Amino acid sequence: MTMNTVKFEKLPDRLPPVNTVGWVAWVKQNLFGSVSNTIITLLFFYLIFLYIPPFLEWSVFNANISGSDRSICDENRSGACWTFIKVRMEQLLFGLYFAQNPDQMWRPIMAFIVFGGLLTPLAIDRTPYKKWLLLILLVAYPIFFISLVGGGVFGIPKSDASEWGGLLLTFTLAFVGIVLALPLGILLALGRRSKMPVVRSFSIIYIEFWRGTPLITILFMASVMLPLFFPSGVEFDKVVRAMIGITLFQSAYTAEAVRGGLQALDKGQTEASMALGMGYWQQTIFIILPQALRISIPSIVNTFIALFKDTSLVSIIGLLDLLKIAQNSSRSLDWNGYDIEAYMFAGLVFWIFCFGMSIYSQKLERKLDTDRNVE
Amino acid sequence: MKKISLLLGAFALIGFTYSSVATASTLEEVQARGELVCGVSGGVAGFSAPNDAGRMVGIDAAVCDAVAAAVLGDADAVKYVPLTAAERFTALSAGEVDVLSRNTTHTLTRDATLGVNFTYYNFIDGQGFMVAKADGLSSVMDLDGASICVQAGTTTELNMADYFRNKGLDYTPVGYSTSTATREGLEGGACDAITSDASQLAALRSETADPSAWTMLPEIISKEPLGPVVRQGDDQWMDIVTWTLHAMINAEELGIDSSNVDAMRADSPNPSVARIVGSEGETGPSLGLSQDWAYQVIKQVGNYGEVYEKHVEPLGIARAGSVNDLWTRGGIIYSPPLR
Repeated sequence: MTMNTVKFEKLPDRLPPVNTVGWVAWVKQNLFGSVSNTIITLLFFYLIFLYIPPFLEWSVFNANISGSDRSICDENRSGACWTFIKVRMEQLLFGLYFAQNPDQMWRPIMAFIVFGGLLTPLAIDRTPYKKWLLLILLVAYPIFFISLVGGGVFGIPKSDASEWGGLLLTFTLAFVGIVLALPLGILLALGRRSKMPVVRSFSIIYIEFWRGTPLITILFMASVMLPLFFPSGVEFDKVVRAMIGITLFQSAYTAEAVRGGLQALDKGQTEASMALGMGYWQQTIFIILPQALRISIPSIVNTFIALFKDTSLVSIIGLLDLLKIAQNSSRSLDWNGYDIEAYMFAGLVFWIFCFGMSIYSQKLERKLDTDRNVE
Repeated sequence: MKKISLLLGAFALIGFTYSSVATASTLEEVQARGELVCGVSGGVAGFSAPNDAGRMVGIDAAVCDAVAAAVLGDADAVKYVPLTAAERFTALSAGEVDVLSRNTTHTLTRDATLGVNFTYYNFIDGQGFMVAKADGLSSVMDLDGASICVQAGTTTELNMADYFRNKGLDYTPVGYSTSTATREGLEGGACDAITSDASQLAALRSETADPSAWTMLPEIISKEPLGPVVRQGDDQWMDIVTWTLHAMINAEELGIDSSNVDAMRADSPNPSVARIVGSEGETGPSLGLSQDWAYQVIKQVGNYGEVYEKHVEPLGIARAGSVNDLWTRGGIIYSPPLR
């Protein structure tokens, strides 16, 4: 009475052929997929082989880091002289005032730490009260920054902005430029699309004027021409002049980036909000801008990254930003001849900041874009 | 209406600051401020560049220190303002700096048209040429047909063009945007020679991998007397800066330096020395300064030779017998008597 029950079972999948999965397949497909690919791959491997080992040898294996003067570097010139960067770190990061007054160094350090402390939670998705945090960063933080780093209040010794330098100055100029240029730029972008002729022509003239002028010219005007219009002895800090110039310039670029977002927006959005009985500002604030800004994030961040790098132009008006102070440091008797190290360091710091901004904007885009991708 | 009155108020305020400033002389201003504001380059080795402690040092920065010592009695009471070549004269005439000590060449056009006064010279420079020792060249005349690295767009380039045309020599200029790049060009073999101011060449040579492989040709084809500059219209201030330099030169001539000035002050039979250190005469009060102004300069900054030795010798610019030596030793550094 036994009946053979035949059980139909699905056999486990067989493994794909070894040359279509894993790194072997990846290499085969991506690096040696065709004749031209193979040639390009080999060429690049050759270039890497040619340049990377000597570079590593210079920058890592043979590099000097010990000691506190140039003697150790002079003896071994086959490697990079990071001793120079180590000794000059305070100057490169905070400028000459804080290098001269090491007991005051805690001020910019603390300002940077607080900045990091405010920015990090903003980058994390689950943080509550983000809006308030952002408000603190944009309104309270600048006041905190100026009173702490600038001093002159609460018994903190005064340090003029013109005596700041290095990363501190680069950061300050970029931060001020970004924070002030964004609202100005939004207003200008709205103004350019306005139906009121005066507002529209003002916006167009403003944007085209500042966009048509190189930043270097604006900085030069702010530094060289402006003092001639003021009577002798009227002091108007050079850093403030540079900040004003950068902000005016940057707002024109931001305006164009925002306008791109406004134009990409479907007309139906405006019409729908009108149908709901919203006024101009209600439409703009609740319907138009949130969508337009989301679209223009990549181009806005793009202009901000460009601005961060452009701040190094202030060296033309004698301000010691990160790049200039690195340059000047390598011109001192203590370290002349080690300019490559100085440039490498400045380049690395610039890259960290710009790459950070880029990563953050990509993250923001992905996050804000999710609802649009759901079909 | 409200805006207009605000604007007027702002103008009135500016006018007020202006009138209060206009009446004060530079000396009074500096003394009231307790600090000398001095324009420097901030990035030329030996002239002014930040040291490890973040302080500007160099032969130009030393002029600022000396003036501060003379006027305020404290060589540290200086605020250095780094200036680019393009903005230096504006910064001076707009009152942003009290003294401009930024390796600035004295020329007629600058003196006559820019509203500034040149005081005296703290370094006498001139354009020269540097070549590889191995090439065995001994004169600029040997450079016929050579390619020469030069910083493009500078007077250096024009001076060279004039000189070579005048001598009927052929050459190919190889332009670079920075002096560092010209040095790299020379080292990389892009040219046979490099031209710049002699002090600059010495600094560039010290930056090369093997400084002993390069040599300077004897010809100096331009005159570049460098020195501090002040605003026009304040003769007292100009005198103070000029005589601060003179005091340093006189001190060297008389053998007074920062280490022996105290001993000299206590007891010196030489009346010239006594006048400098302030134990005799009225030099300080005549300038509107304290009696011991020159003593403070020498004590805190040093005499001209000390400053030169400290900041310029390390670049490899020998002083003995050069134009920058004292007139008593074959140079042209000379000072009127301090009496």
